[in-house]
Amino acid sequence: MPLLKGGHAVADAWVHLDDAEPLPPDGVAVTVSGERWERERAVLLARAAPVGVRLGNGAPVEPLAADLPRLGLIALHFPKFSDGRAYSQARRLRRAGYRGELRATGNVLQDQLLLMARVGFDAFQMAASDAERRWQAAVGAYAHFYQPRRTVA
Amino acid sequence: MYRYDEFDRAFLAERTAQFRDQVARRLAGDLSEDEFKPLRLMNGLYLQLHAYMLRIAVPYGTLSSVQMRRLADVAERWDRGYGHFTTRQNIQLNWIRLEDAPDIMAALAEVEMHGIQTSGNCIRNVTADQYAGVAADEIEDPRIWAEILRQWSTNHPEFSFLPRKFKIAVTGAEFDRAAIRVHDIGLRMRRDPGGAAGFEVVVGGGLGRTPLVGRTIRDFLPKDDLLGYLEAVMRVYNALGRRDNLYKSRIKILVHDVGAEEMGRLVDAEFRAIQADGGVALDPDLVRRIQDHFAPPAYASAPADPDAVRALERADPAFARWVATNTAAHREPGHAIVNLSLKPHGRPPGDATAAEMRAVADMAERWSLGEIRVAHEQNLVLPHVRRADLPAVWRAAQEIGFATPNIGLLTDIIACPGLDYCALATARSIPVAERLADRFRDLDRLHAIGPFRINISGCINACGHHHVGHVGLLGVDKNGEEFYQITLGGNSDNDTAIGRIVGPAVSSAEVVDAIERLVETYVAIREEGETFLETCRRVGNGPFKESIYAAA
Repeated sequence: MPLLKGGHAVADAWVHLDDAEPLPPDGVAVTVSGERWERERAVLLARAAPVGVRLGNGAPVEPLAADLPRLGLIALHFPKFSDGRAYSQARRLRRAGYRGELRATGNVLQDQLLLMARVGFDAFQMAASDAERRWQAAVGAYAHFYQPRRTVA
Repeated sequence: MYRYDEFDRAFLAERTAQFRDQVARRLAGDLSEDEFKPLRLMNGLYLQLHAYMLRIAVPYGTLSSVQMRRLADVAERWDRGYGHFTTRQNIQLNWIRLEDAPDIMAALAEVEMHGIQTSGNCIRNVTADQYAGVAADEIEDPRIWAEILRQWSTNHPEFSFLPRKFKIAVTGAEFDRAAIRVHDIGLRMRRDPGGAAGFEVVVGGGLGRTPLVGRTIRDFLPKDDLLGYLEAVMRVYNALGRRDNLYKSRIKILVHDVGAEEMGRLVDAEFRAIQADGGVALDPDLVRRIQDHFAPPAYASAPADPDAVRALERADPAFARWVATNTAAHREPGHAIVNLSLKPHGRPPGDATAAEMRAVADMAERWSLGEIRVAHEQNLVLPHVRRADLPAVWRAAQEIGFATPNIGLLTDIIACPGLDYCALATARSIPVAERLADRFRDLDRLHAIGPFRINISGCINACGHHHVGHVGLLGVDKNGEEFYQITLGGNSDNDTAIGRIVGPAVSSAEVVDAIERLVETYVAIREEGETFLETCRRVGNGPFKESIYAAA
């Protein structure tokens, strides 16, 4: 499962904890589910290591607003590539000032990469082994965009 | 009309190349059919009963003669030499091969056409009043805003995978010819007390299996706020619209479930957040350039009431009848809007052959400044005809069989393709439309009946808009036989209403007789000057129910 950042496959520096999994020693960057974040927010924020949240695509992003500066990673999920809720979550998170890594997970395919990048995703967990090539093809497909506001010739 | 600039052309070239690559990847097996399907749909390519169908966008129903000619060429070269104009002002070709689709897109792109977002769970091709820019009762040409929406919604990164399809209609006129209250978003231009133009915003209308009339969530939205506000509507819908059930995923269900007031609050909250973040500003230069594209053409001065036309009206009642029925008031003195009826008796509603398309293109060039419109009633419109040219236009329309004086009358039937083409259909639509047209082919009778709209859908998805026909026919399957459920009292213009079901569905063999008895009942009980719809509202379904089931 290549993780694409900046167009390159990179190693995932994060440990993604299940809800029941104990916290590793401080120093290890972890992500937790949105539910666990709500429950253990204080403990997680007390750690020195980076912390991230994996948000379900039905969850509102507003409850995270106050914590955004402390989060190093937010992972948004595409259970199917055709379920587009995470696009709006991404827009709302970026609008709320989130500057950390915004990672697309789940059914992440070549033909949606550029759309995802345009709403603020900057990391992509893909199943395809040739993810770098697909990224190049996807971003090379368009140089003209009507949004957020078309460029006037 | 709007002409592409360098930006539009460059974008379309990229899109065409992307689609070619996607088709190649599909044919090579790199894309599964599941993965490819939404991509082809977003380019207008459906897999139908017998072949692929390509739905080509006619943005807000405006076509140039050059584009019409290209449609004829494409229909001839890659299809079976005809096309079908749809209730969303688009055109469909029904016999396409997947392998040819990229070349077809390239041929269309040369004349600034495409199939982008004519399908898929995205913002569909925006529709507008077919008389836009020439209607006598208009505040402003709605195509300016429809074009702005086209650009804003094209390849939108956030709204390409919505819960379901999303249809927007715009009108700038008093009289609603765009059926805005049965769209996901309907926009009606109006003025505030200070005289400034803006929009009434209606959301959550729609037909299908759950017909609902849209609700107004903003009485007056300043024009400059349009994109920001619509972005707010879309974001609320994308986040909260249901995705667990295909039939409950349109925005109308969300509006119905949370209520129009709460929907308005949710949208307002999102809109405020968008504005606080800088808003979705309209580029004033871009707006001005789009406005310039839709500036009224330089009409040559023309006599308001030419003698030759008046003389022919006196001499030839057929011409007089055509003028009365198939032309409409134009805002420019001495001009008329001419409707070409794509409902010649005995032909599938909305169909045109390549030869007919070329003939219409010729007519547009000669008499309508090269411009053509597609009406959602599946007719064509020549929007800029000098009254003095009406006799010549009439004769030319007669030559191709598009002069039937039936606009707005009983045989001006809206029908979906039905079981003859469509994979979803449960019954045929076109043959019923043809049989009805045949039964009521007598023009004296047709005109004596007066305004009458029959809409036919071949299944519950309601592409033939049966819910808003004065008489609606819905094809249903009963143990392998085609039956038709009849609704009465529907309407899609200013006082939009959903038709009421009369009773049990009638068989295909009986349906034409049943409609005829219903019509005779109306003629017998109507009060002086009363249209069918008015009678229907006055007396309810009762008397019609009796006549429909009388002989059965």
